[in-house]
Amino acid sequence: MQVPAAFQYERATSLEQAIELLARYGPEARVVAGGHSLLPMMKLRLAQPEALIDINDLSELALIRVDGHDLAAGAMVRHADLLASPVVGEHFPILRDAERVIADPLVRNRGTVGGSLCQADPSEDLSAAFSALRATLVAQGPGGRRTIAIREFFLGPYETALNEAELLVEIRVPIRSHASAYRKVERRVGDWAVVAAGAVLEISGGVITEAGIGLTAVGAPRFVSEQAEDFLRGGRPDDEAFAEAGRIAAQECRPTADQRGPVDYKRHLAGELTTRALRAAAARAQGQEA
Amino acid sequence: MRITVTVNGEQHTGDVEPRLLLVHFLRDELGLTGTHWGCDTSNCGVCTVWLDGTPVKSCTVLAVMADGHEVRTVEGLAHGAELDPVQQGFIACHGLQCGFCTPGMMMTARWLLDHNADPSEEDIREAISGQMCRCTGYENIVRSVRWAAEHGGGRGTADAGTEPAPGREEPVPGREEVRA
Repeated sequence: MQVPAAFQYERATSLEQAIELLARYGPEARVVAGGHSLLPMMKLRLAQPEALIDINDLSELALIRVDGHDLAAGAMVRHADLLASPVVGEHFPILRDAERVIADPLVRNRGTVGGSLCQADPSEDLSAAFSALRATLVAQGPGGRRTIAIREFFLGPYETALNEAELLVEIRVPIRSHASAYRKVERRVGDWAVVAAGAVLEISGGVITEAGIGLTAVGAPRFVSEQAEDFLRGGRPDDEAFAEAGRIAAQECRPTADQRGPVDYKRHLAGELTTRALRAAAARAQGQEA
Repeated sequence: MRITVTVNGEQHTGDVEPRLLLVHFLRDELGLTGTHWGCDTSNCGVCTVWLDGTPVKSCTVLAVMADGHEVRTVEGLAHGAELDPVQQGFIACHGLQCGFCTPGMMMTARWLLDHNADPSEEDIREAISGQMCRCTGYENIVRSVRWAAEHGGGRGTADAGTEPAPGREEPVPGREEVRA
C-alpha cells in the first residue's frame, strides 16, 4: 500500500487565505488542487511536503471565460472542463487536441490546468501547448498580482518562476486568428508522451506572420523550438517549409534515452510530429478538419 | 482531522489522518469494500467512485478532500432491491469476468449513460480508457454497457442534468428475465 508521509492539511477558503498559508508554511508547503501529479509523487516519496494547502474550494479559479480579447482559464479549471469548453474548441484546437491525449477521462475529471503547468513536468502536454500559444500566466502573491510570459515561467524540470508565496491564478491566451494542432505519440492510452509537438500558425496573405512550435518530453528549451519558429516566420505555409521546420526542431531539442525510447528515435519523432502538427494546423486554416 | 462525508446518501463522520486516501476511508473506515484498490498509481481505475457526481480515481483523492462532499460508490448503484440496468447488463453479457474491475467500470458506465443515452462503441471505449480489466475482457464490458443503454439504462437526452431519467421510469427487466 502506497501512502504519503504525514503532513499538515490546510483547506483554503479564499485566495487571500491560500497566499497567507503559503507565506506561513514557507518552502515546505505545497499547493494541492487536483492532486493527480502531486499525490502519486508523495506516495513514491519523490515529494514530501510538510503541509498541503488545498485550493479546491476556490471556485473563482475554476472559470473559463472570454475577457476582452483573451481567453482566461482559471488555474483550478479541470482538464475535462477545458476539453469540453466550446470557446476553447472553437479558438484553440491545439488545447482540445492536447487535452484529448492527457491521461484518461477519470484523471481529467480531477486534474487541473494550473496544476499541470505548476508541476512543470518535462513531459507534460499543456506546457508545450500553452508555450506554443505564447500564453501569459497571472500569479498572485502577498504583494499583489503579476503576469509572467509562459516562456519565462519554466525554469527547469519541476521548477517554475513562481515565488514562494505566489499562487498561479489564471492562464490567458489572446484570441486571434490562427490555426493550431497538437500531435503526440504515447506507448499506450493515457501514458506520458514519448514525444509530442504542438503547432500554432498565424497566416496573412499566404505568408506565415507568426509561428509557435511546442515540444514536450524531448528536452526542448522551455518546451519550444525557437529556431523552427524563426525559420517559419515570413515564409509560405507549405509542405516543404513544414518538413524543414521539423528537421530544425529535431536538431534543436535535447532528448534523453529512457524506457520510452532511444535518443535517435525521439529526435525522429520530434521532427515528424512537428511537421504533422504544422500540416494539420495549415489544413485547419483552410477549413479542413485535421 | 474530523471529516463528514455523504456516501450513497448517508452521512458518515470519522477521525482521519490527512494522508488517508479516500479509497481506504471507504473500505477500511466505512467497510464499503465494493470499491476496489489496485495499482495505487491512478492507472487501473478499479477504485473509481463518484465525487460530487463525477467519476474519479479514489486512490488519488485524500479523504480530507472529500470532507463536506458527496461520494457515490458501487454499493449505491442499485435502486433498492432492483439492480441498475448497468449491473444487469454486466450479468446479461458476462461483463464481470473475474469481477475485480467491475465496480469501477460500472460507476463509469452509469455516468456515461447519464450523459449519453446512446453511446457508440467508440464512446464506451473512450469512457473506460482509464480503467483496466486484468482479464482483458473489454469486449464483454463494452457489450454490457450497450446492453444497459438498450434496456432502459440511458437517459433521455444527452445533457440530462437533474431531470429524472426517463429510462428509469420504463419497466426494467428483472434479474430472472436477464438470466433467461
